[in-house]
Amino acid sequence: MTNAVKFSNVSMTFNEGKENQVHALSDIDLAIEPGEFVSLIGPSGCGKSTLLRLVGDLAVGTGGQVEVNGKPAHQARIDRDYGMVFQSATLLDWRKVLANVTLPLEIMGKGSAEREERGRAMLDLVQLSGFEDHYPWQLSGGMQQRVAIARALAFEPSLLLMDEPFGALDEMTRERMQSELLSIWHATETTVIFVTHSIPEAVFLSTKVIVMSPRPGRIVDVIDIDLGQPRTPDTREEPRFYELLTVVRESLRRVEH
Amino acid sequence: MTRLQNWVPAAVLFIGGLGVWEGIVRAFSIKGFILPAPSAIALAFTEEWSALRVAGFSTFATAIAGLAVGATLAVLAALAAARWTPVREGAMPLAIAANSTPIIVLAPIANSWFGLRSAWGTVLVVAVLVFFPIMINLVKGLLSAETSQLELLDSYAATDRSVLWKLRLPGALPYLFSALKVAAALSLIGAIVKEYFGGSQERLGQYITSKAGLFQFEEAWAAIVLASAFGILVYLTISIIERMAIPWHVSIRNV
Repeated sequence: MTNAVKFSNVSMTFNEGKENQVHALSDIDLAIEPGEFVSLIGPSGCGKSTLLRLVGDLAVGTGGQVEVNGKPAHQARIDRDYGMVFQSATLLDWRKVLANVTLPLEIMGKGSAEREERGRAMLDLVQLSGFEDHYPWQLSGGMQQRVAIARALAFEPSLLLMDEPFGALDEMTRERMQSELLSIWHATETTVIFVTHSIPEAVFLSTKVIVMSPRPGRIVDVIDIDLGQPRTPDTREEPRFYELLTVVRESLRRVEH
Repeated sequence: MTRLQNWVPAAVLFIGGLGVWEGIVRAFSIKGFILPAPSAIALAFTEEWSALRVAGFSTFATAIAGLAVGATLAVLAALAAARWTPVREGAMPLAIAANSTPIIVLAPIANSWFGLRSAWGTVLVVAVLVFFPIMINLVKGLLSAETSQLELLDSYAATDRSVLWKLRLPGALPYLFSALKVAAALSLIGAIVKEYFGGSQERLGQYITSKAGLFQFEEAWAAIVLASAFGILVYLTISIIERMAIPWHVSIRNV
């Protein structure tokens, strides 16, 4: 079976050869299987966002290879193999909610009937039916981020890249969004790569947590999260959940020393 | 009814201002060549209406033609400057320099190019006058797309054309409308001042200078009132179009 994402000896240096050279990533080897939910966690500056951007071909590494669905990351972007959700919702102010969700379909030249049907189905998936004709500014931060998720999934990509998507939300909204994301993941069988700062978020969501160290960013631990599926709010109270929090926390603590 | 109520303070101030003006002119017996009373201006307006109408609409049409020509060329130039970096780097410093010069000084020269009686000289002056502010603002708007928005479209492997139509142009519309409102006022100023330098009597600029020369200040003021009315009309028209075109923008949605 082809890996959803495969890093082979990937490195990334910004401003190579100059005085302000930054060694952002080093010796990254990692394979992600289709259907996995993988979180990247680590202190600020460990290159986890850069790693995500390499998958999306929004940045190009200075060494090694990144493959998505068995092809170079660049080809995967051209083939629209992935959907991206940024830290801010990045909605277009002049488009109503439905038109924001169908933006990728429009760019891909889909017909208006298909766009509308798909857009409404996606809004239903993120529980925003009824908000089709609202403008982004009329929505709360959590709702805006749900629109961004609906938009990323609108063209049924096999891979979803999420860069701290819930970072700006309050704790209550954040936990609700996490549960919603998991039910979407189950419904769509998408592979997810999720960048986060939050240990409970990483443990609750993931099948695998990748712990990274800073300067240069390296993978120091790959922790399997063996909590059962589907996960519910009760999962957060299981003893195993707490044990895994501790495992991740200790791994992170070692990184910082 | 609240909409009507919003207009009450402005209407009261306007009518009150006219009353004070009328009162001062009468109380101090101010001569008409210094400041005519509003009632005298109103009377001149009705008596001179047939001449004013001809001159007014002629000047108005010329100003609008100049605005249309200048705005069209400015939009095309802005698109080229936003699309091709060398064009932008070459043209923008010149455009900013040109925008800082008093272009209206071209008025007498335009007369020698097109002849005193031709309206084309006025169209040219107005077009040049409105070109630079519209172009500069629109370029700024076209380049104001956020990095994250550009990356989003990149992630869909969007073409340059899609980026222009779906991201850059819609995002630049608020800049365009601000520039158009400034340009609308400029177009009338440009047309009337250009006409001060000669040409047909059936134009507002010539009407004002000749009436002032004959000490018929009530008539000159009546023409100024008409020019103001045209200015407000163009501004309101652009505002209404703006409201329909960018209802999502922060400047519109809270009103």
